[in-house]
Amino acid sequence: MFYRECGNYKDTYAKDMAIFPIPLDRYGFIVMLILALIVIPLIATDYWISSIMIPFYCFALSAFGLNILAGYAGQISIGHAAFMAVGAYASLILYGRYGIPLLPSILGGGIVSAAVGTFFGLPALRIKGFYLAISTLASQFIIQWVIVHWRWVSGGVFGTVEAPDMQIFGWALDTPVRKYYLALCIMILLITIGKNLVRGQLGRNWMAIRDMDYAAEIIGVNLYRDKLIAFAVSTFYAGIAGSLITFCYYGAANIEEFHVMVSFALIGMIIIGGLGTILGSFLGAGFFVLLPIAINQSLGAFMDVVPSDILSNIEAIIFGGLIVLFLIVEPYGMARLWHTIKDKMRLWPFPY
Amino acid sequence: MNEKKEPILRAENISITFGGLKALDRVSLEINPGEIMAIIGPNGAGKTTMLNIINGFYKPDEGRIIFEGKERPKKMKPNLIAAQGIARTFQNLALFTGMSTLGNIMVGRTMLMHSNIFSQALYWRFSQKEEIEHRAAVERIIDFLQIENIRRTPASMLPYGLRKRVELARALAAEPKLLLLDEPMAGMNLEEKEDIARFVLDANEELGYTIALIEHDMGVVMDICDRIVVLDFGEKIAEGTPDEIKADPKVIKAYLGEAGG
Repeated sequence: MFYRECGNYKDTYAKDMAIFPIPLDRYGFIVMLILALIVIPLIATDYWISSIMIPFYCFALSAFGLNILAGYAGQISIGHAAFMAVGAYASLILYGRYGIPLLPSILGGGIVSAAVGTFFGLPALRIKGFYLAISTLASQFIIQWVIVHWRWVSGGVFGTVEAPDMQIFGWALDTPVRKYYLALCIMILLITIGKNLVRGQLGRNWMAIRDMDYAAEIIGVNLYRDKLIAFAVSTFYAGIAGSLITFCYYGAANIEEFHVMVSFALIGMIIIGGLGTILGSFLGAGFFVLLPIAINQSLGAFMDVVPSDILSNIEAIIFGGLIVLFLIVEPYGMARLWHTIKDKMRLWPFPY
Repeated sequence: MNEKKEPILRAENISITFGGLKALDRVSLEINPGEIMAIIGPNGAGKTTMLNIINGFYKPDEGRIIFEGKERPKKMKPNLIAAQGIARTFQNLALFTGMSTLGNIMVGRTMLMHSNIFSQALYWRFSQKEEIEHRAAVERIIDFLQIENIRRTPASMLPYGLRKRVELARALAAEPKLLLLDEPMAGMNLEEKEDIARFVLDANEELGYTIALIEHDMGVVMDICDRIVVLDFGEKIAEGTPDEIKADPKVIKAYLGEAGG
């Protein structure tokens, strides 16, 4: 009824190939932008901005990076948190120790992470599926070990590097709102770039590799090159996300924040959110970042009745139960659920 | 008309062994520009193996392939062979099931697109222009194969006959100099077979493609092909025009057995 392609005629290929060919989608996107750019910084408390929204954006960015690799190119990685750590440490060292300006430092973190990621992507040229999963799991532990034991990087066995105060062109990024804008702007920029990549030739090649690799090769896709590019781009995103979350939220690079559980959480995000969709990366990150807080808040009412250790177990049980529930309801993720809703809206009020 | 042209592809004394099985034994064949050539033979004769060697999926143990007058290096990657201008379809469908029809066919043009990753990331001038140009070319192929209505349908939701057609479209999109079709009509009903036969003829006559195909339906093969190569147990037993093949005692023996001849 409200959501239709009808009467929306496209007379050029450019219009047909736009990111949001349907006007309502376009308006919806603009509303989301206004929310994120203006409304949230105005009304949200500092706690909301710095401990909920910034991690949400960073994890959405990292999940999108993993989605490029797993959802689009069909290569799995169980070591993605380690690449976030590489980006975090690299950008902190560049910024804090060598005094390189903030934005180039963050970019540098991404580039170093991409280089390391490409190296650990090399096994993908010969193996796939479970075997690749194990080899990337190894990358998680290797990177973790190297960061902890290489004194030049971590400055000792605690593996912690403090983030200095941030400045862009002499302008201090000291309040949560300013950090929020930094994370948000970089996130929007990178998601836009990523969208262009996945809808263009490279994205099609990736999907071709994912669906039928030998047919892709026969039609002229350079398997080796495009798989490695997928690893590079994906770990670049992870590196940027890692450096953003460290600068804007953690305040110090600590290897414990990039543990293997974070890698599993990232995989959980893209599976719950929806493989091979951008929306899914956000929904999945929202699920993993916002939902535990929501559960925690809503259980707060029982604080007096139930002992707190049992309460925190209940929290975990509810969260785990919801993961299972969502996967049963829609195995293809929350993004697919959204598409189903849109399809229903298109036909409303008729059921078919 | 009848002047002898240099063949676009010449395979000389191709042999390949899988384990102990000699799948092809010193088979030579030529494909001339502008013709429709068929490779036929009983099951297990080595027809698909031959196609796999021509497009580089397998490396032959012996023999050489000369494409457009140049000998192919021993270990050439299939995507480079595709870049030389050989495209194919598969016997058991190999569509990219997660993509739409449009996406599938666009992948076929990947070799003809040249914008680099940074230009694609910004989707700026050159990249967008290229994308639109190729989209237009893909639309012409969609029009040619009459699959406009399934343009946006995911390949996984298409019925078998249409999948075969989309696969043909993907191969045509690469604008190959040599098009290899592995049983394009297998498992189809009469009407669908007629459609595909018409598309193959049109691709050959209107668009000027050189085509080599494998097909089991003798009626179709005899009707649309200019020349036929017959394989049996990895050896070439006959070669010639449809009429010659029909009358060849060796071919009759291979297909019908001793008593039938």
